[in-house]
Amino acid sequence: MSVPGFRRDDASHPALATPEYRSTALRAPRRERLLLNQTPTELTGPLFGAGRVGALDHDLTRQHDGEPLGERIVVHGRVIEDDRRPVPGTLIEAWQANASGRYRHAVDRHPAPLDPNFTGAGRCLTDAEGRFRFVTIRPGAYPWGNHENAWRPAHIHFSVFGRAFAQRLVTQMYFPGDPLFAHDPIFNSVRDAAARERLVAAFDLEATEPEWALAYRWDIVLRGREATSLEDD
Amino acid sequence: MPGTTPSQTVGPFFSIGLAGFDAVAPGTPGAVRLHGTVFDGAGEPVPDAVVETWQTVPAAGSGRSLCDAEGRWGVLTLKPGDAGAEQAPHVDVSVFGRGLLHRVVTRIYFADETAANAADPVLAGIADERARATLLARPDRDGYRFDIHLQGDDETVFFAV
Repeated sequence: MSVPGFRRDDASHPALATPEYRSTALRAPRRERLLLNQTPTELTGPLFGAGRVGALDHDLTRQHDGEPLGERIVVHGRVIEDDRRPVPGTLIEAWQANASGRYRHAVDRHPAPLDPNFTGAGRCLTDAEGRFRFVTIRPGAYPWGNHENAWRPAHIHFSVFGRAFAQRLVTQMYFPGDPLFAHDPIFNSVRDAAARERLVAAFDLEATEPEWALAYRWDIVLRGREATSLEDD
Repeated sequence: MPGTTPSQTVGPFFSIGLAGFDAVAPGTPGAVRLHGTVFDGAGEPVPDAVVETWQTVPAAGSGRSLCDAEGRWGVLTLKPGDAGAEQAPHVDVSVFGRGLLHRVVTRIYFADETAANAADPVLAGIADERARATLLARPDRDGYRFDIHLQGDDETVFFAV
């Protein structure tokens, strides 16, 4: 018996072998992936309850005694499926560099200052309509060793579980109009221009908080279900 | 219908935002450790990868392990039993890493489940015996060992889910 699965969305995603991003050379598998018919294992996934998320975990500006330096921003949106059905109660994890473009990580040797008031990690659960909201600092661009004068456009890393193993997604959110887009092999590893745009948040004046913080809106769209399932009828 | 959000690499700094966890608490009766090493195409261990596991039997359980400096990962869980739908016991695995623009997905089967494995349709669909063997975790002193080869002669079989 065939169970309705999640629609395949390979065209949205980067090719694993993207030579312009040098680290793929020894890491991207070379063999063709085998098509796996989705079974109950792929059609289900972990549920992380509120126990994993603290009340202030979504606010990266309030994790220390003082306030972090930089431009305070709100990043909000919804996690939805590609038929616009919301994904409620799903865990989102986010991490990023500070305003200077430096990660609080031993491997990051960029000679830019760490901020004692900024760790750069947050998480939250989406609400009943799939909405999420983070308060953070706009991350800086930073150099990396991929090629001569290589700089990553400012971005925030996001991890989303969705409702099923088939929907699991790790990605990066970018800011509109970044002049580094044209030069970034990771951003451009998504070959479809319309798909690339889905990685870019929109400035949101309506959600901007007067005298407090600019807002950006970014929806995370996961694969929706094929055909009809009983609950759709 | 809006298109889906593309994947991007987890990058090298994920330990800021992603914590490891086991599928079951230490001391849980029957707990076994699934563990191994992630290798790149040069046979070198991959220290900046994340391995996640998901299984539905005997109970729903998910684990996550951030590879150590030697590329080793490990998750404490319960060995899955009969997965129904004529499937052999298995655990779904996602691997994320610097240099991986999209997760790669594989499945852990168990080398000591000979009869169930012989009847499993996914394993049966892999004609090459050497490739099929990349999906078999082997019992060892600590539980079951499952190495992941991203590339190379022993490249693990990866699935398009």
